Amino acid sequence: MIHVEHVLIALALVLGLVGGFLLARSRLRPKAHQPEEVHQILLPFTGTEISRRAVDAAMRLARAEGATLMPAYLAQVPKSLPLECAIPNEAAKATSMLEAIEQRATAQGVPVDARIERGRSYRHALARLLAGETFDRVVVSATATGASGLSGDDLVWLLEKAPAEVMILRPGPDDQRVLSAANGRALAASGNGNGRG
Amino acid sequence: MSHGHYKIFLGMAAGVGKTYRMLQEGQAEADAGRDVVIGYLEPHDREETSAQARGLEVVPRRRVQVRDVSVEEMDLGALLNRGPELALIDELAHSNPPGLEHRKRYEDIADVLAAGIDVFSTVNVQHLESLNDQVAELTEVRVRETVPDSVLGEADEVVLIDLTPEALIARLRAGKIYPASNIQAALDNFFKIENLAALREVSLRQVAEDVESKRLVYNAEPDPVGTRAEERVSADAPKAVGERLLALVRPQPSSQRLVRRAWRSAQRLGTELDLLWVKPPSLVIEGEVDRQVTALRQLASVLGAQFLIEEHDDLVAAVARVVRERGSTYIMVGESEPPRGLARLREPLPQRLMRATPPGVDVRIVAHRALKEDGR
Repeated sequence: MIHVEHVLIALALVLGLVGGFLLARSRLRPKAHQPEEVHQILLPFTGTEISRRAVDAAMRLARAEGATLMPAYLAQVPKSLPLECAIPNEAAKATSMLEAIEQRATAQGVPVDARIERGRSYRHALARLLAGETFDRVVVSATATGASGLSGDDLVWLLEKAPAEVMILRPGPDDQRVLSAANGRALAASGNGNGRG
Repeated sequence: MSHGHYKIFLGMAAGVGKTYRMLQEGQAEADAGRDVVIGYLEPHDREETSAQARGLEVVPRRRVQVRDVSVEEMDLGALLNRGPELALIDELAHSNPPGLEHRKRYEDIADVLAAGIDVFSTVNVQHLESLNDQVAELTEVRVRETVPDSVLGEADEVVLIDLTPEALIARLRAGKIYPASNIQAALDNFFKIENLAALREVSLRQVAEDVESKRLVYNAEPDPVGTRAEERVSADAPKAVGERLLALVRPQPSSQRLVRRAWRSAQRLGTELDLLWVKPPSLVIEGEVDRQVTALRQLASVLGAQFLIEEHDDLVAAVARVVRERGSTYIMVGESEPPRGLARLREPLPQRLMRATPPGVDVRIVAHRALKEDGR
């Protein structure tokens, strides 16, 4: 005669086996097959320092939207060299800056996927980056304008051509805080200590 | 017939005094009673250099017609016929015009050495093939006349003619390098402090590597009777005896950081970097994986590193094979995720790598700095 207890035990065993099988199958499934949405925020920059305001804004957005921050160092390759050649000198600057941004972002729980992009000009490097990746937003600092960074024309071009929302940040006149490759910490630019912090 | 002794005077730029020093040493050899001739000299209208050459026999140059222009070149045949004990031959990277015995002057020098004649010669560091791209990037000036690095490796002695950038610029301003009309143009273009400082560093590193590679080759092999030890310093000696880094990557963003850190270590060691991804056979390169592989390939190209993809289901076996093939001396791995389940019982990857790779290969774990700082 079959007791109720036996039925319950058998049922529990079956349920346990089925549950274990389903759990194991879900863990063994290759991750590449899982659909992944890429939410990315591009933070292009040049040189050996970047406006801290731009970095912080990009990180805030990335955290709020669960997006990945993509800091991208734009490198100019002289015409005398092949575009795809190794650029150790530029790479040395880029790696220090990317490390500084990455440490800051990681400390705030923002995932980072950094890049170094080459071009004949900063705009060309930016165009190559935009062509090769998908972005939801581009955050760029207006303080990067001038001889060593993106020009006003480059920013207008970016607004017209970028297939993403573009945020151009213009810090206040007293806000000269920058993130520098020197030590990875925020530094106040010379002549104004108001922005230290 | 014994092979001639080969000494190269290496400089970071024109005007450091390579030719002057070569002539000075040539004069000293002549004073010591040796038969010394000038095979070819390029005095560049520098008074001090011309003065240093006085008293030394000069093998007459030969005239060669290049299109409508008649140029003077070293007369290799005349030099070999003269057969001195020591020949001074300037600018080994020079390209000969068509119709001569060899395309490049360093090939002429090889004939002179083979004839048992000792040779002193000169070259600037930017002429070395492997450094040409690096120097062009640093200075934005590309030198067309290059020579294989093996030329330096085959020399019995390499003498670095070192001068601080400030001293070189002072020499330039004093008119000791170029005529007055060319000085400002030189200062505005090539002769910048930052260019010269970078070139000086490249030169010093090059000579240090050359010395190190020779030292290690000599130590590695006993000297067979009747063989000059120097002859065993082959063109690929630095590759055989130098350090080589291998960074293990995966197609994920954190590998970008690992690669950058590995590259900085490679730069400090002055060595080459390989990146290796051991791809599981079942994994298809598509979607996010494809995007990350492309990003790694791009980064490798920017840094001048080699990106290798090995398809294998055993990571450690694949790494061990690549380490042997590439002669890697360091393996750099990123921090692993904490093991779960039965994986806790498994030996950690660094230990497995240590056991599987040849003795002497270091395994380094690249820490996640930001997380460590947070955790304090």
